Amino acid sequence: MNERIKMDVPAASPLRHDDAAETLRHVRQPLPHDSGRKHVQGTAQYIDDIREPEGTLHVAIGQSPKARGRLISLDVSAGRAVPGVVAVLTADDIPGKNDVSPAFGDDRLFVEDVIDFLGQAVFAVVATNRDVARRAVKLAVMEIEHERPSITVEDALERGETVLPDYAFGRGDANAAIAASPRSLAGQFRVGGQEHFYLEGQVALAIPGEDGDVHVYSSTQHPSEVQHVVARVLDIPDSYVVCETRRMGGGFGGKESQATQWAVTAALAARVTGRPCKLRLDRDDDFILTGKRHDFRCDWSVGFDEDGRIQGYAVELLARCGCSADLSGGVVDRAMFHADNAYWMPAVHVGSKRLKTNTVSNTAFRGFGGPQGMLAAEHVMDQIAWATGRDPLDVRYANFYRPGGNHTPFGMEVEETDTLLGLVQNLERSSDYRARRQEIAAFNASSPIMKRGLALTPVKFGISFTLTHLNQAGALVHVYQDGSVHLNHGGTEMGQGLYIKVAQVVAEEFGIAMERVRITATTTAKVPNTSPTAASSGSDLNGMAARVAAGAIKRRMIAHAAKAYDVPEEQVEFRDDRVFIGNESLSFTELARKCIQARVALSEAGHYATPKITWNRDKATGRPFFYFAYGAACSEVIVDTLTGENRLLRADILHDVGKSLNPAIDIGQIEGGFVQGMGWLTTEELVFNSEGRLLTHAPSTYKIPVASDVPADFRVALYPNANREETIYRSKAVGEPPIMLANSVFCALADAVHSLDPSKAVPLDAPATPEAILRACEALRGRPMG
Amino acid sequence: MTRDAIRFWRHGRVVEVTGFHPRTTLLDYLRLNERKLGTKEGCAEGDCGACTVALGRVRGGRVRYEPVNACILLLGQVDGAELVTVEDLAVGDDLHPVQAAMVARHGSQCGFCTPGIVMSLFALYHEGGRPLDRQAANDALAGNLCRCTGYRPIVDAALDACSAEAGDHFTKASDATVQGLTALADGRDLFIGDAARFFAAPASEDSLAALYAQHPDATLVAGCTDVGLWVTKGMAELDRVIWLGRVAGLDIIEDSDDALAIGATATHAQAYSSLARIDADLGELMRRFGSAQVRASGTVGGNIANGSPIGDLAPALIALDSTIELRRGDATRTLPLESFFIAYRRQDRQPGEYLRRVTVPKLKAHEVFRAYKVSKRFDEDISAAMGAFRFTLDGRRVASARIAFGGMAGIPKRATETEQALAGISLDDPSAWGEALAAIGRDYQPLDDHRASAAYRSTVARNLLFKALSETASGRTDATRLVGGREALEAAE
Repeated sequence: MNERIKMDVPAASPLRHDDAAETLRHVRQPLPHDSGRKHVQGTAQYIDDIREPEGTLHVAIGQSPKARGRLISLDVSAGRAVPGVVAVLTADDIPGKNDVSPAFGDDRLFVEDVIDFLGQAVFAVVATNRDVARRAVKLAVMEIEHERPSITVEDALERGETVLPDYAFGRGDANAAIAASPRSLAGQFRVGGQEHFYLEGQVALAIPGEDGDVHVYSSTQHPSEVQHVVARVLDIPDSYVVCETRRMGGGFGGKESQATQWAVTAALAARVTGRPCKLRLDRDDDFILTGKRHDFRCDWSVGFDEDGRIQGYAVELLARCGCSADLSGGVVDRAMFHADNAYWMPAVHVGSKRLKTNTVSNTAFRGFGGPQGMLAAEHVMDQIAWATGRDPLDVRYANFYRPGGNHTPFGMEVEETDTLLGLVQNLERSSDYRARRQEIAAFNASSPIMKRGLALTPVKFGISFTLTHLNQAGALVHVYQDGSVHLNHGGTEMGQGLYIKVAQVVAEEFGIAMERVRITATTTAKVPNTSPTAASSGSDLNGMAARVAAGAIKRRMIAHAAKAYDVPEEQVEFRDDRVFIGNESLSFTELARKCIQARVALSEAGHYATPKITWNRDKATGRPFFYFAYGAACSEVIVDTLTGENRLLRADILHDVGKSLNPAIDIGQIEGGFVQGMGWLTTEELVFNSEGRLLTHAPSTYKIPVASDVPADFRVALYPNANREETIYRSKAVGEPPIMLANSVFCALADAVHSLDPSKAVPLDAPATPEAILRACEALRGRPMG
Repeated sequence: MTRDAIRFWRHGRVVEVTGFHPRTTLLDYLRLNERKLGTKEGCAEGDCGACTVALGRVRGGRVRYEPVNACILLLGQVDGAELVTVEDLAVGDDLHPVQAAMVARHGSQCGFCTPGIVMSLFALYHEGGRPLDRQAANDALAGNLCRCTGYRPIVDAALDACSAEAGDHFTKASDATVQGLTALADGRDLFIGDAARFFAAPASEDSLAALYAQHPDATLVAGCTDVGLWVTKGMAELDRVIWLGRVAGLDIIEDSDDALAIGATATHAQAYSSLARIDADLGELMRRFGSAQVRASGTVGGNIANGSPIGDLAPALIALDSTIELRRGDATRTLPLESFFIAYRRQDRQPGEYLRRVTVPKLKAHEVFRAYKVSKRFDEDISAAMGAFRFTLDGRRVASARIAFGGMAGIPKRATETEQALAGISLDDPSAWGEALAAIGRDYQPLDDHRASAAYRSTVARNLLFKALSETASGRTDATRLVGGREALEAAE
């Protein structure tokens, strides 16, 4: 096997780019993560590492043992009597509203009456140490009147239960177009969910202050929401709550809305006991108590011509949302927004149902529904290829957005059709797709058991929150009298490198060394009313807001220097930690000091709101996305058709990050996203039993990729392509899009199975576990498994 | 004579700890007592590796560092070892070579798994002095989950830092460390606590036999890779613990011409190469057994004695016709391994009786062995089904067969009907294999669970038999293996 790793990351010099006038010192440099040295020494502090204030108590959650029913009685007296137990909290202890939902009011902190899923929080024990608290929760006695739960999509359809109304959009009469097409196909395709498995589980520490106020340290992607919900539950003003987040040990969407409940529980415990309280979920509890990526059933039908060109496409996206709305409105909307992926569909209908099941409420997960909608589209491309006998890549080419066919099912124009086509053609060449296709066919012809497969799939992903008002950010920058700079903004650091990227922007703006910029923890007390760090928007929004703040300070410093030295403002330049004023120069520090003496303000709050975006959901019109990010991947796999086991042999990725703010960070997002997506589509399988109990509730039973799952031959490159929109240094967002590069792995596995009998379609759902693959193999061999 | 405190080597000096609850984990000791917070809890079940620390022990006259999962290791188990955590690697501002490589390669994103990864690489670094390839780096990292990076930069960091001969401050201190550790090996029994609650670590088999006879309800702990979860997940009280790790001689591996005798407390890491010499498939099975951390703690005896229905090793050892030796008080007895397993999680072991060793007969000239582990994830996973086959050949015929599967019943179990159906069949006539392939369906009625459905298990069992016969017939494996083809392994030998 080939052992080649290629990375387009230069060692020390900036990336070459077409704008020769651009002279940048920090931006575009592959700087290491700002906490890299601390990570490797174990000195980076996570919430559980914060020195506990004297008298800190520990909280454990008491869970419902049934998935659906009513709580008749709860007796926690035995737990209360355990030495070390300080308090037992129930719904009766809540001073404000028993509501920890992000929007729809349907998530309880503790069960009052109705039980919605197995594991739901019913009460909490507060004790002098975590071990005592965890053991004491086992002593509660609950009387529950339970009934048969809804677990599957089919259960929910049968009962007709949803968490939010159905929604659809489209263009023309899709069903008529399909009926009128030369060829048509229809089917059902299932796409599995995914557990976030952030390495740092959910955790919060709440420290009570005076007048009922509270300082909450939370591992959250959304400090403002934690602040708001703590205030709502404790019945205090938002201004009495500070939420602070220095870093998370991973988030991936799992800490967007669902970090809140644990922070609120810790805050309530602090209120009731008057002492600092910490809640850190055990990993199994984290699996059971927090939502996952939505799994979908996609009912699709498509009409096309003999070349595989789509005439009409209709898809019904049936999302299993779990027990409450949470973020399912937006998640399923985004699945709908990406049901086209990169393909022009002249007549199209995209429908959706947000189904309610008695399972934990599914939530945001990197891609936010987009991956599910897109995978269904890729599956349909494969189905067309199998039906027409054409190469799957040619079917994709035949359907790409193109001039004259460049409007999405929701009416937004796809402006960069050239980017998509150029990128895919480029990858087709660099991955040697055609020659390998032939070589693999020859291999498969002579290999009865081992079969190889190849697939090249594109990604087009819309960038912006589809809830328009979230597309704003704030930053706070101070310049101190010694020339050091304090940087704060509303974005949170979950490992994605947001903090270093924004620091690069600020250091660039002031022309100072990175070391002068002190990156500080995100806190609601410095930058208020923030959006979650989500939707890949972190750098786009916060980078801009920080640049606005730094720019405003810089302009005041320029004005002062120009006046003091009597030169035009155009002749003041910040560079190399100095300020050049006409023919003179002084250090950045000296100018800062002079400004303070001259009573010039060196602090600024910057704000940014994304331009151009509009979205009218009722009419399904507008431009929900500022721009699209593009990418493509080509994956080659080998499958053991006796067991379904498989290996990814090689992956080639070409991805569009615009002009990169930091190519090392971006490459890391691309590779990490791809591998995480590969896990979602292969080994990561969530299994609930008929009682609603999650059987895959820990890494021993739920399998995310390990090092050996990464192909030895892994070639990742950035596609040179400046963002045509005015984003921060013409970069593009990179957090979520790479997840969907892994669709190529799924399609390659199906391609390998397809070689067993090219006359048949491959009945393969996601995740393509060895079992799912073997079932598909046996189906093509005409002998059902068993 | 009895000692009432554990003693271990840390930062060049002896640390003594006593008065702890027997179920105290090493991770809780580090985070709650030492307040060393670099070591993280990711899963508390030994699967994610965020809590990885290194233990140094004297082997072959020098200090060997092995990675272990601190979350499921009992504090008492560090007795006699050097304990190294992530805080100990850098000297002032100078990063350790594995740390520097991780930073240079952008090997951390969220950073939470990073301390554990650094410690796995630290152990790999100290194996140094060999050309390291990607496969070896992957093997060393199989027990460390990272959700952010996609591993490529971490593996590159391993290749950068762990190929050369080790030369860090631990290397420089190795003479003193050897002296310190040697002085700790006092051969005394260890007993901390009282009859109601104790952590005991007898130093000899006689002490063990006597103590266990006195406390037959105590929990025997070898590597603690299973019992650790009783504590962290099952909230077991675990009041009386007898740790076997200090029993002199119980970890001895005796390699003779016709058999391999593995002492019950020999770790998987220690037994790995001896088992691999019996057969390449056994070596491949060991390579994929748990993770480096689990292989460094977990023992061959523990894997058998805990009676897992899957127990990756047991089916292979049953197919090889292994026997085990048990002791209770002064009495010992020997029985075939297969008859040790009675029913789900129930074994033929009397109160106060413990496993001494397992004896594995070596393959004879006309015997062919094949073993296959089938799991949802290729590495660091528990089998959905695990099949092991030993064919005794008579020319191009199968004279007799021994077949055992894990994951197909409540215990690791022989396929007796299939074995009978195979007797006398020709390797050159696949059409004659049908009866044996059908017999597997009668030998096993597997269950549905979260790892696989019954239908999948049954199909895989049949297909693995087909694969084993095909490979035996052709003498080749390169067209039937994804990785671990015997030709490549044998070429590498």
